[in-house]
Formats: sequence, structure tokens, C-alpha cells
Amino acid sequence: MAQSASQQSPWARPVRSALAAPGWMVCALVISAIVSVPIISLVVLALGAQENIWPHLISTVLPGSVLTTFGLLLGVGILTSLAGTGTAWLVTMYRFPGCNVFKWLLLVPLAVPTYLSAFSYMELWDYSGWIQTALRGSFGWTSARDYWFPEIRSLGGAIFVMSFVLYPYVYLTARASFIQQSVCILEAGRVLGCTPFGVFTSLGLPLARPAIVAGVTLALMECLNDIGAVEYFGVNTLTVSVYSTWLERGSLAGAAQIACVMLVFVFALLWMERASRKRQLFHHTTGRYREIPTLKLRGWARYGAILACALPIFLGFLMPAAVLADATLDFWENALSSEFFTALRNSVLLAAAAALIAVIIGLALAFAGRLSASPVLKWATRLASIGYAVPGTILAIGILIPLAGLDNAVDGVARSVFGVSTGLLLSGSAFALVFTYVVRFLAISYGSIESGYTKLSPHLDYAARTLGRTATGTLREVHLPLLRPALGAAALLVFVDSMKELPATLLLRPFNFDTLATHVYTLTSLDLFEEAAPAALMIVAVGLLPVFILHKIIAAGRPGEQTSDH
Amino acid sequence: MKLKLQATALAALGVLWIGAPIAAQAADEVNVYSYRQPSLVDPLFESFTEKTGIKVNTVFASKGLIERVEAEGANSPADLILTVDIGRLTKAVKSGVVQPLASPAMEKNIPASFRDPAGNWFGLTTRARVVYAAKDRVKQDEITYEELADPKWRGKICIRSGQHVYNVALIASMIAAHGEAETETWLKGLKANLARKPSGNDRAQVKGVFSGECDLAIGNTYYMAKMMLNDKKPEQKEWAASVKMLFPNAKDRGSHVNISGVVLAKNAPNRDSAVKLMEFLSGADAQKIYAGVNHEYPVNGSVEASDLVKSWGALKPDSVSLAEIAKLRKKASELVDKVGFDEGPNS
Repeated sequence: MAQSASQQSPWARPVRSALAAPGWMVCALVISAIVSVPIISLVVLALGAQENIWPHLISTVLPGSVLTTFGLLLGVGILTSLAGTGTAWLVTMYRFPGCNVFKWLLLVPLAVPTYLSAFSYMELWDYSGWIQTALRGSFGWTSARDYWFPEIRSLGGAIFVMSFVLYPYVYLTARASFIQQSVCILEAGRVLGCTPFGVFTSLGLPLARPAIVAGVTLALMECLNDIGAVEYFGVNTLTVSVYSTWLERGSLAGAAQIACVMLVFVFALLWMERASRKRQLFHHTTGRYREIPTLKLRGWARYGAILACALPIFLGFLMPAAVLADATLDFWENALSSEFFTALRNSVLLAAAAALIAVIIGLALAFAGRLSASPVLKWATRLASIGYAVPGTILAIGILIPLAGLDNAVDGVARSVFGVSTGLLLSGSAFALVFTYVVRFLAISYGSIESGYTKLSPHLDYAARTLGRTATGTLREVHLPLLRPALGAAALLVFVDSMKELPATLLLRPFNFDTLATHVYTLTSLDLFEEAAPAALMIVAVGLLPVFILHKIIAAGRPGEQTSDH
Repeated sequence: MKLKLQATALAALGVLWIGAPIAAQAADEVNVYSYRQPSLVDPLFESFTEKTGIKVNTVFASKGLIERVEAEGANSPADLILTVDIGRLTKAVKSGVVQPLASPAMEKNIPASFRDPAGNWFGLTTRARVVYAAKDRVKQDEITYEELADPKWRGKICIRSGQHVYNVALIASMIAAHGEAETETWLKGLKANLARKPSGNDRAQVKGVFSGECDLAIGNTYYMAKMMLNDKKPEQKEWAASVKMLFPNAKDRGSHVNISGVVLAKNAPNRDSAVKLMEFLSGADAQKIYAGVNHEYPVNGSVEASDLVKSWGALKPDSVSLAEIAKLRKKASELVDKVGFDEGPNS
């Protein structure tokens, strides 16, 4: 069996038949099933629709919102790939003034929630914003009809704002991949006559493709689930239709149907990408790593590189942070209340628990996927990690229904058997929130761990198993140490994203309970965002520390540089 | 290894903390699911706790609380649901999460037009959807909703998303007055008159008038007070000073009015305390707080609106029943999609 598989394609099915471990397979399937419950409950909800919402949607907003959604995905996809990959290559392969600072500063926009960035840009860019007001003042224009100015309330505005908050996902994965690329390949490229740019386009880029795609996928799923920014900018995506179908036309089932159709899009996207690199492998055949020989940039190239790295940081972090900081000067007294510290504690604890669980689960799924080529497992895993693309409140309802159902079932049994009521054990507790974060952000942890795995040669597994290690032993003694950067990155990303999560937290939280994100939201009494600025700035600030650690982890991600550790 | 230990310790801590019971079913407590912002309702609850010793636990969320009660079923800890918009109140009733209440105090406090005859929902405050007009650029002191579609306002009106509850209810009131076909034509005319794509909140529309982007903005009454009294953001006082409030259709059917209200949850575990809180909210003391803090119109006839609210002039509410508006909401929301309202004036 192993023989014929390897004849067919010596690399495509490496370890699997030889190393199968049914225990891990079962474990992964069980985990996938549990994490997929909310998605399945949305599908069930969608199937139970009382009326057909589609004729109305198709004859009215659907064509437009499908186009808008595609436009948003395309725009954000292109911009985040360019900004993320380009800057990652620059800081990894070249030396120029400030490049060491840029290495981690480029991650910083990750700490800014999309809804806050959108708000800040509206403050700046709007007709009543600082920029236009200043322009009118200096040129003597009196109304909007006197001049042209790019409209922030537009698809372009949404693409712009979201891209510069989301590009770090691509930067992160691309840079981790560039760092781990074997110098031999890159040097071979140079010896064979490639220009530095040629090495980038024909070696670095193709080799990093799985990583880049993983990053872009995360950014796009985030776009699909966003309601804050698109609503604020009046960009009518499918997500907006999901909400108006549910809230204004009273059809939750119809809303679930639209959400499910969006998930089909996501599946199609993922499938196309996988299909296009089916027969390719991306790990390196040599374990020889050296310091990457970076090239010192001179002259205008230097300034170009500085500008290219500074721009995303400026647009994704400095501008929004400046607006928040400006508002904070007026409201600093709101910042350090006791509610704030309670919210901070809640946020950190919840996010840490979610990060830990998401990484363990993500690792189990990725490891089982490495051992088995089972298509069932592959699709189960994909289903489990798709919660990220579901709009937050809708996902929250998908979680609420089965969770409360379980609680009520347990209560029913307890009543009939023991005569006591257990009430709601899980729903309305912090458990529900952690579960939600895991469901929502499993895509992130699984994605980074899986792309970490693509770089580990199956020879490692063969060697370990030949030397008598079990599958679990191989995981513990070989994979874990080598995957440490990927695991760390996964944990911190889930941590930062859980800290920022708003819509699901708002709906599912216990009584009298705030996280930083809900604290900000509730401070915005009557939509007044400014008063929440201090707490908002704190979300950004608290997010900075993990982002900095994240940078350290990636920088240490070069296998050859870890020899002292083990 | 060290990492693993730390992780295990953290996990254990997390589990301990997660296991901490957050159930709130003690005798002298009442649990509220609130669609209304804490800053609006907290002063009311504090006053209630002070008077009765009953603690009020809250969850605030802007979407999905009715669905939460529905999913939680018989074990739901919710006693009361506080919300704005008649649509949400009737939706809660339709979802089967509400129990009717026959309370002489509530019936005395709240006029019949602002509560369900069957006792399923009770209005607590009202607000009108009015037109904010630029003082320096708009001469007239009267206006009708119908007039907003007049081409003379081309490129001069600011409004938030047509799918927002407040606008859906307003459009429903137009359907009640004129029928669906005529409302569609009107909505198309209004869309053509917009200065920009609908976005932002009510206050952002008034800001648009202040900065000269538009001449008319549509918004709820209490926003005027929120801006006028905003010491923290003094520039909002300037926004408010730049506009005058016009009550539409004052000469005919009256201005469109919506309510905020309360329902008693079907499985309320603390029913007695909950009823006490309901009666308190409709009573004179709480109604004064509503009038004073949020500058809404109290429903309780014995309490007057705040002086500031009274200074804007008399409100003549549209006499169409709120139940009728609730029924027409779905049609209204569909019309918004049909005319492509949220695409803005240039589509």
C-alpha cells in the first residue's frame, strides 16, 4: 500500500498509511464535531424557515450586495497580500534604517479592532472631519459641492480601512514562512542568475504561498463576519442583509440561510486554493540553515523600503490611535475606573483560556490531519474552522441554541431522576464565552499550526517512528519543539482576537459582566463613541504586549537558530 | 516543560473561575435583559434598589436578547426585557417569551394607547421622529414627512440607514397613512433628495447639517438634548445650536412617535420583584428620571416632559396605533430594499 502510493507520487502521501494512529483520528473527529455544532445548528435553523426570503432579496438588494461583498473581498485580498507580503520580504531579506523596529511595528495594527479604526477614519475623513474642515478653511470652500473629496462612506473606504487593520495576518504568516525558508534554495536561485527580485517572485513567493494564503483567508473571513465597519460606512454587504433580514423582517431562519450561503462561498474559496496546490509540497529537504544573508539597501531603495514599511503602520495604527488619543485627552477620567480593571481582568482571563484551548484543539486537528489522508477528517476539520466567517451575533445564536438545549436537557434529567433543578449550567456563563471564542478563532490557530506543519519534512516522522516513538511520542518529542513558533503565534493571535471580540460577547455574557470590548461598547451611550475612547485605546494598548511577544516568537522561528534550546 | 506547567496552572485557574456560579436567582434580585444602554437605565435601577433593597442584574446587548430568552427556555434567568421600538416588543410577544400582566398600578400609570390591551407589553417612554433643519438655510418653520420627497430638497437631506429600526417604523407609519404604493414613490423621492449615502447614527446627521453637508436631518427628539447638554464634547452644543427642531405633520395627522417599553418574561424566576420593578418604572419617580436623564417623553400623565423638551414646542403624536405600525414594519423594511434606499442618492 505504501509502496504503490509512493510510486504514484513520491511525496504527495508521505507518512500517512505507514503512520496512521486511529486514536488521534477519533479524537480529531470528536473535537471537530463539537466545534461544528454551532454551524450545524445554523444550518438546522436555516432549514426551518417559514417563508422564502429569496424572491424578495433576489429582486432587490441581493445582486448589489453579492457584488459589493465580492468587491470587498477582492479589494481586501489584494491590498492585504501586497502590504503583508511585500513588507515581510523587505524586513526579512534587506537591511535598511529602522528595519529592526519595523519588524515588530508592522504587527501593531493587529491590536486595533476594525470597528475602532472605522470610527477613527470617519472622524478624520468625513465631510465634518478634521481634514475636510481644514481644507475648506484654507481654500474658502463652503459646501460639499465646491470640491471633490474621496468619500469614506464607500466600498473603497471600507476596503482601505479593513486592509490596513487586517494585513498583519498576511505579514505574520508570510514572514514566518520567509524566515523558515532554507537559505540553500534562495542561494541556489542567486547562483542560477536570479536578481533579488527574481528570487522573491520565483522562489520566496511560491514557497510561501500556503502561508500567504492562510493569512489572506483569515483577513477575508474577518471581512465576511464584520458588521461594525460596513454598517458604519454604509457598505451593503451580504452581512448587512443577514442583519436586516433577521432584525427588521423578523426572519432569523432567513438570516441563517444567507449566512449559510456565505459559508458555501468560503468553502468554495478554500477548496479552489487547496485544489490548485494539491500536488505540491513546501517543506525543505535539507536541515541546513544559516543566518539569512540580508542585503543592505542603498540610495533611493532605502527610502523606498522605509516608506513601504512606514505607510501600513501609519494607516493601520498611528492614524486611528491618534484620533482615539485625542479623544482620550478629553475623557481620561473614564479610563481608569474600577469597572475598567474588572473588564480588563475578565478580558485577559477569557482570552487566555480561549487561546490555550484553541491551540490544543488546533494542534490535535493538524496532527491528526498529518497522520491521515481521510477526506472525512479533512472536511470535518474545515467545517470546524469556518466559524470565523460567520457574523458574530449570528454565530452567538448558533451557540446559544444548542448550549441552552443541552442545559435544559441536563436539567430535565436531573429533575426527573434526582428531583432537583440544575438550571442553566453553561449558557450565560463564562464557559459560553470561551467556547464561542474557540469556535470563532479556531481557524486562526489551526491555520497557523497547519502551515507550521507544512514545513516539517515527513522524514522527521519516519525517523521518529523508526526509532520506536509512537504517534503521540513523535508529537511530543519531535513536533512540539519544532512547532513552538507556530504554536506561540497561534496562541497570541487567538488571544488578541478574543480580546477584541464584541458582538458575540455582548449577547452571551453573564449578568453584570463586562470585557474591555463590551465596556467600550456600553460606554458609547447613545452611539457616542468618543466617550469610550480611553477604554478603546486600552484595548489597543493591552493588545500591544502580545503583539510584541509574537514578534519575538517569529524572529526566533528560524530552525537553525534554536539549537541551543534543545 | 516549564511552559507546560504554566499552561496547566493557567488552565486550572481558568476552569476554577469559569466554574464560579453567576446564577442570579436569590429572592431579592431581579434580572433584566436590556436592549437599552446602561447609561440610560442604570440611574433608574439604582433608584429602585435604593427604595426597595432589590438588586437589579443586567445584561445589555443591542441584538439577540429575545432569541436568548427563547433558547434558554424554561430555565431562563430573565425576568424583564427592556427595549426600544414597538417592533421588538411585539416580536417578543410573538416569540412566546412573554407573560401577560394584569396590574392596576401599571394600568393607572400608562395610558391605554401605550400598552397592550392584553397586558403583554407596556410602553415606558415615547419619542418623536422629527426633522432637524439648518437655522440659517431653512426658512420654513413647518414641515411634513411627505414634503421630504419634494425635489426642492434635492441633495439636502441626511438620514441614517433605512433599515434602522427608527426609520423602518417611520416608513411603516407612512404606509399606514398612504398605502404601500404611494409610500414607495415617496421613499424614492426621499432617496433622490439625500445629500449622501445613509450611514452613521442620528447625531451624525445633525453634524452633517452643522457642517453644511445637508440642510435637513431626520432624527429622534432626545438627541437634541443629548447634544445641547454635552459638556464633554462642547462642539456638539454648536451642532445643536445650528439647527431648529421641526415637528412634522403638526397640522394634520401628527408626528411619528415610537416607544421604549418592557415585557415580563414568561418564565421569570423572580416574578414578584420583577412586577415591582415594572410598576416602579412606570411610576412618577422613575418617569421623572426618564424625562430628566434621557429627555424622552414620559408616558405617565402625571409627569411632565423636561423643561428643555417642552421648550421645543408641543408634540402632536400621530394617532395611528402602535400595533398597526408593528404590523407594517416588514413591508416597510422590504420597501427600503426595493427602492435601494441605502445605496444613496446616486444609484
